[in-house]
Amino acid sequence: MSFFDYFRAQKKKSAQVAKERLQVIVARERVTRNGPDYLPLLQEELLAVIRKYVEVDNDAVTIQLDREGDCEVLELNITLPDGRGR
Amino acid sequence: MAKIVVVTSGKGGVGKTTTSAAIATGLAQAGHRTAVIDFDVGLRNLDLIMGCERRVVYDFVNVIHGDANLKQALIKDKRVDDLYILPASQTRDKDALTQEGVERVLQELSADFDYIICDSPAGIERGALMAAYFADEAIVVTNPEVSSVRDSDRILGILSSKTRRAEQGEPTIPGRLLLTRYAPERVERGEMLSVDDVREILAVDLLGVIPESKAVLSASNAGVPVIMDVESDAGQAYQDAVARFLGEDRPHRFLTVPKKGLLGRLFGG
Repeated sequence: MSFFDYFRAQKKKSAQVAKERLQVIVARERVTRNGPDYLPLLQEELLAVIRKYVEVDNDAVTIQLDREGDCEVLELNITLPDGRGR
Repeated sequence: MAKIVVVTSGKGGVGKTTTSAAIATGLAQAGHRTAVIDFDVGLRNLDLIMGCERRVVYDFVNVIHGDANLKQALIKDKRVDDLYILPASQTRDKDALTQEGVERVLQELSADFDYIICDSPAGIERGALMAAYFADEAIVVTNPEVSSVRDSDRILGILSSKTRRAEQGEPTIPGRLLLTRYAPERVERGEMLSVDDVREILAVDLLGVIPESKAVLSASNAGVPVIMDVESDAGQAYQDAVARFLGEDRPHRFLTVPKKGLLGRLFGG
């Protein structure tokens, strides 16, 4: 019994896991929520273009839409892998 | 002019109808003329929860189409004065709720009532959008569970962009969180998101926390809004929520596990 308890104590509580997962997904979904409808598609197509040249993960491209005064700023972040392209 | 309140959640089965019935009943008990409308076209259920299913003659869509007038369709509650129910239609025609039709009915009700509670269907389809579109306030019902919280966030986004107020550039409606099916003992064991976790993720005001309670099923079995079960924890939690909704400052109860000492057992939790 105590043997199993040892492993149980190491495990993160499931509520904590839930909270962390939610924080990530909610933050991601909020970015595109108030933006134009084409944002998710734009993101997808950019990813496709980048993949022609480099092997990247699904979340390698992040798009952030900010408002500065009268201007909307589209911030694009592309994380390239450590190694070279293929 | 009535205040229009949407009870919404995105996810199904979290307690929208239970909440609509409880809040509407509570507002009427506080002396406010209240109408509660079932927007779930095709899946009428508010009538069952309110215990007036056998008195339904005309419904929301009949009124929109002009087959009946509001007076004929509104069902007066037999237990609480100033409480009226407008049941949903069971038509399968999802386009039955036109924006003009809904607006006309709400306007007509507005002249005669203090509060109009709109019980939204699940999802983000037409019925849900129509229930939210004309709202002045929103109650977002959420379970402490990942899919419900995510859907609530989605709904909060819709409330801030897809309502009449948002489209007209008015201040958007303040969505308030009602956390239901809360089990403090599971929260203490780290098995369930805590009220603070959910508040932190959704970043909205908290209207109330309704504990997981046997009283909710008993109440729906009997067709009595659970807020009328004044002995029950859930009933009392809904009463607190209604008081807060009306501006009273009440502390949140039922957030911790009642102590099970000898005194606790003798005198009740």
